[in-house]
Amino acid sequence: MSIDASPANSPSNEFSGPMVRFDKVRKSYGSLVVLDNLDLEIARGEKVAIIGPSGSGKTTVLRMLMTLERIDRGVIFVDGEPLTSMNRNDELVPADAKHLRRMRGKIGMVFQHFNLFPHMSALKNCMEAPRTVLGLSKIEAEARGRELLSMVGLGDKLDHYPSQLSGGQQQRVAIARALAMRPKVMLFDEVTSALDPELVGEVLSVIRKLGADLDLTMLMVTHQMGFAKEFADRVCFFYGGRICEQGPPEKIFVAPENERTRQFLRACLEAT
Amino acid sequence: MAHRPLVVCAILAFTAGLVIASFAGFREFLPGLLEGALVTVEITLGGSVLAVICAFVAALSKMFGPWPIRGLAVVYIEIFRGTSALVQLFWLFFVLPRFGITLEPLTVAILALGLNVGAYGAEVVRGAVSAVSRGQWEATVALNMSRAQALRRIVLPQALVPMIPPWGNLFIELLKTTALVSLITISDLAFKAQEMNATTYRTVEIFSIVLVFYLAVAVLITVAMRSLERFAARGLARGPAQ
Amino acid sequence: MKFWDWKFTFEILPLLAKAALVTLEATLIGFVVAAILGLAFAIGRMFGPKWLAVPLAGFIEFIRSTPLLIQIFFIYFVFPEFGVSIEAMTAGVLALGLHYATYCSEVYRAGLANIPRGQWEASIALNMSPFHVFRDVIIPQAIPPIVPALGNYLVALFKDTPLLSAIAVLELMQTAKIIGSENFRYTEPITLVGLIFLIFSLIAAAVVRLVEAWLRRRIIHS
Repeated sequence: MSIDASPANSPSNEFSGPMVRFDKVRKSYGSLVVLDNLDLEIARGEKVAIIGPSGSGKTTVLRMLMTLERIDRGVIFVDGEPLTSMNRNDELVPADAKHLRRMRGKIGMVFQHFNLFPHMSALKNCMEAPRTVLGLSKIEAEARGRELLSMVGLGDKLDHYPSQLSGGQQQRVAIARALAMRPKVMLFDEVTSALDPELVGEVLSVIRKLGADLDLTMLMVTHQMGFAKEFADRVCFFYGGRICEQGPPEKIFVAPENERTRQFLRACLEAT
Repeated sequence: MAHRPLVVCAILAFTAGLVIASFAGFREFLPGLLEGALVTVEITLGGSVLAVICAFVAALSKMFGPWPIRGLAVVYIEIFRGTSALVQLFWLFFVLPRFGITLEPLTVAILALGLNVGAYGAEVVRGAVSAVSRGQWEATVALNMSRAQALRRIVLPQALVPMIPPWGNLFIELLKTTALVSLITISDLAFKAQEMNATTYRTVEIFSIVLVFYLAVAVLITVAMRSLERFAARGLARGPAQ
Repeated sequence: MKFWDWKFTFEILPLLAKAALVTLEATLIGFVVAAILGLAFAIGRMFGPKWLAVPLAGFIEFIRSTPLLIQIFFIYFVFPEFGVSIEAMTAGVLALGLHYATYCSEVYRAGLANIPRGQWEASIALNMSPFHVFRDVIIPQAIPPIVPALGNYLVALFKDTPLLSAIAVLELMQTAKIIGSENFRYTEPITLVGLIFLIFSLIAAAVVRLVEAWLRRRIIHS
């Protein structure tokens, strides 16, 4: 968290404030309010776990950040710039396609149901966007894909199709595919929820490795309380479209202040 | 319909045998009928190519185009699905010249059938494209692909295989509809059949041969589309999509 | 010569309206034939003995795969060959009915196949005769869900009635052609015929959608 980087010594005057900032963001479906005036700041390199009961709006946070959901009110800033709007003559106007594409380039996402491309091998899944979006040559894209797939432990499954891989392996391909775009922020949306219990570990250890090796800002919605406790710098407990309580995992998991948090954690504990 | 070709081949052989056995003058009529058959095949092929092009253009315009183009696509689809193929054929044949556009009857035939079947095909294309799961689109957004890239590289390849069987049915519909072109003076198989029927009165024999010929082409289309489906499924996706 | 002549349009409109009645008549009678014959085909194919079911399946495929126009000619010309005279309208309606019966039979087949086994077993347990099983138990359950699909074929049959002009039935298309050749103006009659078809089809499609929605609600509620 380097707030002290002055413009003088930072090349290409990079923004040094929070990586992601939600400013009074609101989202509703009809009369159902999913997010209610959300304020949230995530620092560079910070790893934030979002927990909470289903329907509390936690997945919506990630989906809005990935521009998969419209924002009703408020602004999300990524790397100091508004995500879905832009400055024109000192006025915020809805972003054009070019701005959106530039902003999306900073963000990568891994989905609950993997969403791998079924008609492409693992390697091709990782090469597709680097080639078509980043304009990498076939050789560069393939080198990058091979490197990332072996990093997630699938160096021997390059030519396998998604249907030939286990759920855990598919999810690791999906992580490699997202990383191939070199995002600054990685979003993990319940990435182990669709997996059989014995496959959860391999995916979590890959995420652990990313946290250690790469300089990434990570935002994850998870039901794996143990993992959140060990891995995250900060835990946010969502309830009814708001952050009910947040803080370092030691505090949230050991000495939660809010009654709702306590109830939720007790319920989670009983389930395991 | 797994055994469709088998059943149909059996009738084909049976009817052909029956007709040949009962029809002494068979050899006299064959050259004329074959000439007509060639025209029928030609129109079927031309119409099919045009139909596929129209269907994709119309469906993608309707789904992703800006509103004026979307409106045009909807109007095209509704008009050609809402009126009858024969009316369309006659309209292009009789009314188009009033716009100063005079086309060969054969061109009119291919145009009318292609546009007609293309309108039905547009709904097939639209159905298959919308059947590709939302997750696939979301993955392309997360990978920062443009909509055109997503459509071309991710969505269309997955929509193509499930589209093949309904297209097979549409091609057979098109083949059947080609008989209508005999009514705008084109000497296709149906035209030749009427001509010969008028001079020889061998109704049962002539029309049986002609019907069996159409059936044979329909079976051929079914077989061809089925092998295309197998081939495409192998090339595009190993096993079922997740 | 003007591109579009309104006076001429209003002159021919009554003629076309009269012809539209013939078109509707052909549609309705043709569809009644198709609906009844189609059900017979479906039952024969699904429950008939093998010597009936197999040739019937072949026959259905055969009719479905060959042009309606040729079938119309066949029926129109073949009867006189056996010494039976047949009116063009009768021949045409018969051909339409037969052709669409094969389509309808596939729809009925799907509807019948969707009846749970338990319904058959219960009927057998009650010692009902096959006729009563069909009439009182199976058909009333099988038909409502397939009404929209049958409706779509009704619209399709309607759109195929212009083919009857090939054997000089005085329906819309034939009337338009006669008007066209008498006045050397095809633009108005043929365009009007197209419009009439478009209007009827759009209305029919809307009705089918309504029925579909109504049935869905009814099935969910029961």
